[in-house]
Amino acid sequence: MTSIKAFLTATTVLAAATAVQAADLEVTHWWTSGGEAAAVAEFAKAFDATGNKWVDGAIAGGGNTARPIMISRITGGDPMGATQFNHGRQAEELVEAGLMRDLTDLAEQEGWRDIVKPASLLESCTLDGKIYCVPVNIHSWEWLWLSNKAFEDAGVPVPQNWDEFVAAAPALEKAGKVPLAVGGQPWQIHGVFRVLLISLAGADIYQKVYGEKDAEVAAGPEVAKIFKAADDARKMAAKSNVQDWNQATNLVITDQAGGQIMGDWAQGEFQVAGEVAGQDYTCLPALGVGQALETGGDAFYFPLLDDPEQAKAQEDLARVMLDPKVQVAFNLKKGSVPIRGDVDVNAANDCMKKGLTLLAEGQAVPSQEQLMSQDSINQINDLMAEFFSTPSMTAEEAQERFADIVGSAT
Amino acid sequence: MPQQRRPNQLFRNLHAKVAAIPMILTATIVFVGGTLWTVLYSFTSSGLLPRLNFVGLAQYERLWSTRRWLVSVENLAIFGVGKMVFALVIGFVLAALLDQKIRFENTFRTILLYPFALSFIVTGLVWQWILNPDFGVQSVVRGLGWESFSFDPLYNPDIVIYGILIAALWQTTGLVMCLMLAGLRGIDEDIWKAARVDGIPMWKTYLFIVIPMMRPVLITALVIIATAIVKVYDLVVAQTSGGPGIASEVPAKYVYDMMFSSQNLGQGFAASTMMLLSVLIVVIPWAYLEFGGRKRHG
Repeated sequence: MTSIKAFLTATTVLAAATAVQAADLEVTHWWTSGGEAAAVAEFAKAFDATGNKWVDGAIAGGGNTARPIMISRITGGDPMGATQFNHGRQAEELVEAGLMRDLTDLAEQEGWRDIVKPASLLESCTLDGKIYCVPVNIHSWEWLWLSNKAFEDAGVPVPQNWDEFVAAAPALEKAGKVPLAVGGQPWQIHGVFRVLLISLAGADIYQKVYGEKDAEVAAGPEVAKIFKAADDARKMAAKSNVQDWNQATNLVITDQAGGQIMGDWAQGEFQVAGEVAGQDYTCLPALGVGQALETGGDAFYFPLLDDPEQAKAQEDLARVMLDPKVQVAFNLKKGSVPIRGDVDVNAANDCMKKGLTLLAEGQAVPSQEQLMSQDSINQINDLMAEFFSTPSMTAEEAQERFADIVGSAT
Repeated sequence: MPQQRRPNQLFRNLHAKVAAIPMILTATIVFVGGTLWTVLYSFTSSGLLPRLNFVGLAQYERLWSTRRWLVSVENLAIFGVGKMVFALVIGFVLAALLDQKIRFENTFRTILLYPFALSFIVTGLVWQWILNPDFGVQSVVRGLGWESFSFDPLYNPDIVIYGILIAALWQTTGLVMCLMLAGLRGIDEDIWKAARVDGIPMWKTYLFIVIPMMRPVLITALVIIATAIVKVYDLVVAQTSGGPGIASEVPAKYVYDMMFSSQNLGQGFAASTMMLLSVLIVVIPWAYLEFGGRKRHG
């Protein structure tokens, strides 16, 4: 129902967009929350300054609602000027079908290969040696957010790594708190598992399982340990009755829960609530033990357009999005990390600086969206959701099915 | 040469037939054509875009080895049987009670029919709140002093589908009741009088005389309920989004998620073909009995 409404809105926006002159460019995205909209406004402002006009095509309801609408518009012969996708393989088939614009010339002219860090971001935009998208930000999943007050109430020190956190769980429960807040949506539960895998088993194992789809490694002893850890996690999360990720974050903010495993976008919620890093909450990148962070994020794709003036505007937009000043302004509002290594990020807070240090040491791994098809990711989502909601399902059984999915993954 | 030829059947009511051509074309091209297209592409490995690279029955093999699909089918079976039986029984009983020449019949009828005016999304959200242990029934009963009372179907994977069934029944029963009431009003008063003269008890009159006479109404209600069962989707999305875990998934949701979220059209088409097949398995024997049988008699 909502998607139909969003589709109608999108088509209305389009009708309005096609009625005016050529240098107007419609940009579709699914950034609709307060902070996200403010970040997008930075792009729009900078783009308008080039003499073109940004026509905002925001689609409410998140990526899973927005992507089908974007795709049906592009495949239906009704393309927008530019559109957001997550880094990776979501738009792969659209590129293969020749519906997206080849940006290789522009990239060489502007030297994108030298400025985009980590290089894997641009690689995800590349198909058969040609570049098809502009990465705009880096988000990483591997963060554990802890409520200092909750641990104080439970009479235990704030943990510095995952093992200490697990050990502190009984004390938290005795104090009437949920040790680990996990939203019930499958993608969040899969996120928890992946964070455990990358942080506790290391980047190599992650690459073998998600990158090379090695079913033997997925069924092996290293991953078995992770399923044991996930078993701990589901016991700690058994009493968390929330659905959305920000509701779970809110449990940590209000000190009803000990902690949450969630990507760096959760930081924005703490900021809005007026909490201070280190004082009210503690952040542990890579669970305090790991060395690697996933580097996913968002990228913009440019559908192939016939109108030369609009094509020119597309180039302007691509340039604007990678501009150093725009990058900083956008990412500070978005709560993400700029994709250029050469920009000044002094405004970032302590937690973000910890993350930047990890990234600077070269410990960046590609995100799941870059390695796996959405189809396989959704299959693992379903498995993890079932594992967490079915106490009778053993870790061994879950691992066996996980290995099956990895073996047939694409 | 005989003067009187039988008029060609094809040209009888010619105007009516010409007028029906657009609808016939729509039905053939859009419905039948679309169906065949879907079945054809369910044998391919189409991802985000439909492509004709055939992979045989691979999509069906994957479908029937996917736990989520099996859970979906099981849920639909429980939901379907439950909804069919309870909607008909409760609907009929309510209609029979309303038919006792009670006061304020119009008011009661309106109240009972009202839920049907709400969309499944609204129904789902309302019942999500009512069944939420922290705000709904459980908290009210606990507030009355019964501290150990526990009623949280939407958070228990074993019974979550019944929580959805309750909401669906609340929404549909009013409509079934109205249909049944119309059917009851269509029964001739004289039949009741004759039954009373013969001293047949009321419940027996209902069961053995009135219900068999209401066959057309029953079939209408059956078809309306059956289509609502097969396409159940929005109610689940609003109430549980398929959770906890995958415990309340349904086939229609599997199809949607495969086609639009997982970007795997082939798998989605295979699942929708299975849904079509299950409908055909029910409809064909019924249509044969209903229409094929009558010709022999008539």
